[in-house]
Amino acid sequence: MAKTLDKVDVVTVGVGWTGGIIAAECAKAGLKVLGLERGKERGTEDYLMVHDEFRYAIRYELMQDLSKETITFRNNRKQRALPMRQMGSFLLGENLGGSGTHWNGHTWRFLPYDFEIKSMTEKKYGKDKIPKDYFVRDWGITYDELEPYFDKFEKTAGISGDGKNPFEGKRSSDYPTPPMKKTPILKKFEEATTNLGYHPFMLPSANLSEKYKNPDGETINACQYCGFCERFGCEYGAKTSPEITVIPTARKTGNYDIRFHANVTEVLKKGDKVTGVKFIDRVSGEEFIQPADVVVLTSYVMNNAKLLMVSGIGEQYDPETGRGTLGKNYCYQILPGATGFFDEQMNVFMGAGSLGMTIDDFNGDNFDHSDLDFIHGASLSLTQTGARPIQTNPVPPDTPTWGAEFKKASIHNYTRTLNVSGQGASMPHKENYLSLDSNYKDAYGVPLLQMTYNFTDQDKALHKYLTSKTEEIMKEMGAKTVVPGNPLTDYDIVPYQTTHNVGGTTMGSEPDTSVVNNYLQHWDAENLFVVGAGNFPHNSGYNPTGTVGALAYRCAEGIIKYSKNGGSLV
Amino acid sequence: MAEERKKNLSRRDFLKTSGIATGTLLGGGLIGGLVGYNVKRTNVAEPETKTEAQKTETFKGRMFFTNNKDFNTLSQATERIFPKDDLGPGAIDLGVPYFIDNQLAGNYGNNTKEYMQGPFFAGEATQGYQSRLTRAEIFSQGIAKLNEEATKRFKKSFSELEGNQMDEILTDFQKDKIKMTAVSSAFFFRLLRQATLEGAYADPIYNGNNNMDAWRMKGFPGHQASYINVIENKEFQKIDPKSVSSMMH
Ligand SMILES: Cc1cc2nc3c(=O)[nH]c(=O)nc-3n(C[C@H](O)[C@H](O)[C@H](O)COP(=O)(O)OP(=O)(O)OC[C@H]3O[C@@H](n4cnc5c(N)ncnc54)[C@H](O)[C@@H]3O)c2cc1C
Ligand code: SF4
Repeated sequence: MAKTLDKVDVVTVGVGWTGGIIAAECAKAGLKVLGLERGKERGTEDYLMVHDEFRYAIRYELMQDLSKETITFRNNRKQRALPMRQMGSFLLGENLGGSGTHWNGHTWRFLPYDFEIKSMTEKKYGKDKIPKDYFVRDWGITYDELEPYFDKFEKTAGISGDGKNPFEGKRSSDYPTPPMKKTPILKKFEEATTNLGYHPFMLPSANLSEKYKNPDGETINACQYCGFCERFGCEYGAKTSPEITVIPTARKTGNYDIRFHANVTEVLKKGDKVTGVKFIDRVSGEEFIQPADVVVLTSYVMNNAKLLMVSGIGEQYDPETGRGTLGKNYCYQILPGATGFFDEQMNVFMGAGSLGMTIDDFNGDNFDHSDLDFIHGASLSLTQTGARPIQTNPVPPDTPTWGAEFKKASIHNYTRTLNVSGQGASMPHKENYLSLDSNYKDAYGVPLLQMTYNFTDQDKALHKYLTSKTEEIMKEMGAKTVVPGNPLTDYDIVPYQTTHNVGGTTMGSEPDTSVVNNYLQHWDAENLFVVGAGNFPHNSGYNPTGTVGALAYRCAEGIIKYSKNGGSLV
Repeated sequence: MAEERKKNLSRRDFLKTSGIATGTLLGGGLIGGLVGYNVKRTNVAEPETKTEAQKTETFKGRMFFTNNKDFNTLSQATERIFPKDDLGPGAIDLGVPYFIDNQLAGNYGNNTKEYMQGPFFAGEATQGYQSRLTRAEIFSQGIAKLNEEATKRFKKSFSELEGNQMDEILTDFQKDKIKMTAVSSAFFFRLLRQATLEGAYADPIYNGNNNMDAWRMKGFPGHQASYINVIENKEFQKIDPKSVSSMMH
């Protein structure tokens, strides 16, 4: 028998960026907030010995314990879905801060085009530009409406940037901190892209260029370019993360508590409202019911979708009939790119997660698509994140993958190789979706989430086009050998690609096509909010968290309004 | 010698300045400790003290393999993957076999962080690891198979073969031409190759990468507190590597 606990105003499921932002804003507004986090407490003091590639980047010390829970995957409906038994394609977060602890910190605002992609594409290229099996649609919010929330997230996080991207949406203020250092490696890219007539700028970074105090009074330190950033926590408190910003802000109010080792298994619903959540204490094994006036799902794309599915909230998408919205519009990203082998040695092992330069000339609709068989594009960047020796063994084509020749070539080229790579936007397709698995269960007896996903023709065309652009840039950079990435085939869950999973719990202006409204309030339960990249109806050519952060601030505003007046916010 | 001293000096300079830069960061004991340790490690890198350091006994040992034949097979296989050459030591001198042995005895070998609930089906390549076996079980079977192939083809145990004979067998594993149970030989080979690279290049606290020699070959400085003062330099920075274990002293 589950034990029922005292009711709170707001309960969040998971404490990463989204859980932290909701907590900070609601607690500041006087609401009593409880965060339920399945993992443990952790913070800067735990990252002192973090410069250890093997433990953190290879053995995934900070990430989800898949023995307890994973997803199942198949490329298409005819295949049997099988568990992702070990981490690969994306790295799911766990413990305080979620993936916000071990992210890189590339912090983007999606383009104005992203939010109105369908209207803008049809207006410019006609109704036939988007084939009917692609569920491309507007988001139910415009860039201008979201701008103040982007601004707020960037100020909370102290983002460093140069503001020199001619393609980005209008900004109400400059980046809070100046850009990071422009290293010789970055300058190579800057020079090459300028020569080619493009518009390079410094990648907006959550590895701060200088010490910064945010509007909540939290201090973020200056990045040391240590080279152990992505997949690691920052021992200096210099990488903006929930543990050093929004979580302490929420805690300071006295209105916030976090319960660790609390794995939520169900959202409880009665009539057209939710009443709270059920969770299992991972240490004691006890089951609890946590009643709340407002429930907020902040457990990342996967568990947000899964919890709605196991709780029977909303209608599951069915590719056969086309009915239902839950699980629909799941998208990923594609990574066009080119590797260049140089003669001279470079300091590739120095760097920071977001140290890089980018061009947006081939992103969104910043270039003409009239004669192209795809829409959208990719940001193309050169990043200097700190190459580490286990993971970085670049060899020119035709070199064996082991033995004497491999050893020589991989050692020689380690400090002589650079990459230009893009994050290609992927568009939602009828056959790509999330649902519940009927065979496999997690450690608590709850079905696993099932992913049915493959790259589409749109993805392949975009990948091909942009790969050739990266190749041109790399040639211009002076590499003696340039190796373009292989053409896209089937999506493979094994190699790491990006943790930029989106969709499944989309936002929109109508309940027929979306799961939540533009305050991220569930259409079927007014006191249930669902926050994360799952809200995106399609993916963009950028990393998601800037937009996720903006949406979380918007959602918090909605929750505070709702707690005063109730009802639907739209 | 003058050259050597200059290198040390500039290194110490760099560490000192970076220490100052980092010292302002957390305003606490944490960074204090860091700076102190940096200075100390710089001294250790100097010739006289290095001899001292070399006297330190290490206690490597086997935690997983119970007999020499299997351990030697593992050792030779890793050496073929990452051989000793004019650049420096190979897998055996780097301690890779001990690294792998120790890993197999722990979380990695026992798949503690992997989803291991059934049912198990072979699946497509795009679906990844689907074996019911733990990595420890896969290695045990794989090593036994390497010996079996060696006996079958050359009437010797694997570690007694010539290099090219070993390569022939390993290549067949890689190409999935060897029959294994509940796992493919290609998958075992991928694990073996990856584990060899891990053992070569992981921090020496995991019992591979002896003396940080693999890092030295590659020009990777291991753990350094900060590059803030050198990252804009155009020249390639040769920095003597450091292990995270140095933070404990
Ligand atoms: C290696 C890596 C690099 C990245 N780099 C970038 C980057 O450079 N730029 C960028 O924009 N994005 C990046 N990302 C993505 C970014 O980290 C995420 O977009 C962001 O952290 C998502 O925040 P979230 O709050 O939605 O989820 P998370 O941060 O994942 O937090 C979710 C939390 O919920 C908890 N939880 C889940 N299920 C339950 C449950 N049932 N009960 C209780 N708790 C639960 C989890 O333990 C976790 O702590 C990166 C991600 C990774 C892994
Ligand atoms: S690169 Fe900078 S932000 Fe990243 S972990 Fe190192 S010091 Fe921290």
